[in-house]
Amino acid sequence: MHNPHLPWPAEVVEKVEESTSVITLRLRIRDNVIRNSYRFTPGQFNMIYLYGVGEVAISIVSDPDDHHLLDHTIRAIGRVTKGLAKLRSGEVVGIRGPYGRGWPLDRAEGKDVLAITGGLGCAPSVSVINYIMERRAEFGRLTILQGVKHYNDLLWRERYAQWDKQPDTRVLLAADVGGPLWPWHVGPVTVLFDEADIDPHSTIVIMCGPEGMMRASIKNLLARGINESSIWLSMERNMQCAIRQCGHCQFGSKFVCSDGPVFSYPEVKALFGIKGF
Amino acid sequence: MSKIHQMTRDSFPQLLQVLQSEGYRCIGPQVREGAILYDDLDSIDQLPRGWQDKQAPGEYRLSVNPSPRYFAWANGPQALKPRLFTAREVMWKADIDTDKSITFSEAELAVQQMAVIGVRACDLAALRLQDAHFMDRPLPDPYYSKRREQLFLVAVNCTHPAATCFCVSTGDGPRVTTVYDMVLSELDDCFLIAAGSKKGESVLAKLATTPATQDDINVADQEIESAARSQTRALPSRNLRDILFNNLDHARWDNVADRCLSCGNCTSVCPTCFCYSENDQPSLEGNTSEHLREWDSCFTQGHSYMHGYVIRPDTKTRYRQWLTHKLASWHDQYGRSGCVGCGRCITWCPVGIDITEEAAVICADHTDA
Repeated sequence: MHNPHLPWPAEVVEKVEESTSVITLRLRIRDNVIRNSYRFTPGQFNMIYLYGVGEVAISIVSDPDDHHLLDHTIRAIGRVTKGLAKLRSGEVVGIRGPYGRGWPLDRAEGKDVLAITGGLGCAPSVSVINYIMERRAEFGRLTILQGVKHYNDLLWRERYAQWDKQPDTRVLLAADVGGPLWPWHVGPVTVLFDEADIDPHSTIVIMCGPEGMMRASIKNLLARGINESSIWLSMERNMQCAIRQCGHCQFGSKFVCSDGPVFSYPEVKALFGIKGF
Repeated sequence: MSKIHQMTRDSFPQLLQVLQSEGYRCIGPQVREGAILYDDLDSIDQLPRGWQDKQAPGEYRLSVNPSPRYFAWANGPQALKPRLFTAREVMWKADIDTDKSITFSEAELAVQQMAVIGVRACDLAALRLQDAHFMDRPLPDPYYSKRREQLFLVAVNCTHPAATCFCVSTGDGPRVTTVYDMVLSELDDCFLIAAGSKKGESVLAKLATTPATQDDINVADQEIESAARSQTRALPSRNLRDILFNNLDHARWDNVADRCLSCGNCTSVCPTCFCYSENDQPSLEGNTSEHLREWDSCFTQGHSYMHGYVIRPDTKTRYRQWLTHKLASWHDQYGRSGCVGCGRCITWCPVGIDITEEAAVICADHTDA
């Protein structure tokens, strides 16, 4: 009987320091057969195991065409992630996955894509932005709206600058707290919506980040005439098994680990934003 | 259902002997530490003959019973769940080498075929829900499934429900109707016994039985019907799924949160609660680490912990999560309520919170659309 709980050994090929508390681990599954048959879609995640400590759910940010090197951007905040951040190249972790439902890329083809991300929770959408960048002709205009709390929180400044230079691509940034090195907008991410020039009839919205930010954005987008079913969001919950068994990630009747983490807004609307779910 | 047989009380020990000779590890109810618990059964004399229970919200007491019956009592705190979905078990271990490479290996399961004697209808209903969650899925949970495949169920029609029982209102008892290998009805002077599977038939063939008389069958039926009528508690026969989710701001959630200790007793004794946490236990030598799973409860802070943030920081949101999952969202997940009416959460709640009462109060002000 196949054991879906058992991780595979994977080697840390490279560790990229993104900021003082954020790293990207480039992992390579050691077993040739598993590595060659491993496939994922942007928005899916892996369970990463740190020896002696435990597992944590981390979304995959690298390109799905390269399944030999799997990038995981991790904020060192809990017992597992703090330990993962201390790993060095050549060390071994456990990995199992991919899990969950990713972004609806087939529905986005030919349409404008509006990516709204907030805080440091932008990793799940980075995968889809990278994906679109590699296949630019298949999609319409790409607008990236990134909001952070504090101007110091912005990761990947250079990457945003790069993206902004691409054809049909705009990057708009906002920080709740601006500062001397913050040339962009100050305020919540919704202050960027007017400038984003959104066509409500041919836009697919993808968003992830704090739920308060997503709620405010959804309200604003619906007022602009965007259809509820054109809004997709990636949710986070406590995930321990990743296979709809351990019960922690339940959101009403949904198991976020496998019914999500990406949901269309109508799927989660009834309980979205209600404290305690 | 196969033909109903009759077995004298004197022949009853044969059942255990036959199961033992077939190689089953036998588990049955016994009096342990003031409660009826399921444990290894070597002799029929270990069954709780001569005992009766009294259950009420927050109360469980055993007392001596003059009846000659073995099963003149209602369920204790546990029955099947811990046998299949164990409270704590090693799932796999990670061995780390001096070159820091890691080998993962699945925990070896020593699974023996196991016969559980005395299972009630509510627990069989709960078993089906646990089966649906852990086993009837594209990738079955190997730990649960391997034990489940080896399970032989000797069910007993329940004739002595407790005051906390409400299986009639959930449609799960007191009569045994599904997923049993054998089913017993205990009468004052004999047992009625029938098989519900091929395995059950082969055990039945080895027992000294005679065809049951219609009179005995009628008496057994009447006892089950009388047990059903004796139940005083019931869940509201309303659309709880919609009503609960339409009343998330009901004042009763605050009211129950003032009484609830958030201790998790209800989820521990619930035969359908399936949440578990995963934890690592590294060896002192530093070369191996066991990865365990342990029952978890939505009443703990850790249950909804998420990178430095707790989704359900207070008792109100935890109780509401438990009740809305059990009685409402379970319908969407598994096609029916997650409550089988066993009443354990009422009996074993230290402050006597009654799920049927909480549900009724929340429903009381609601008019169906």
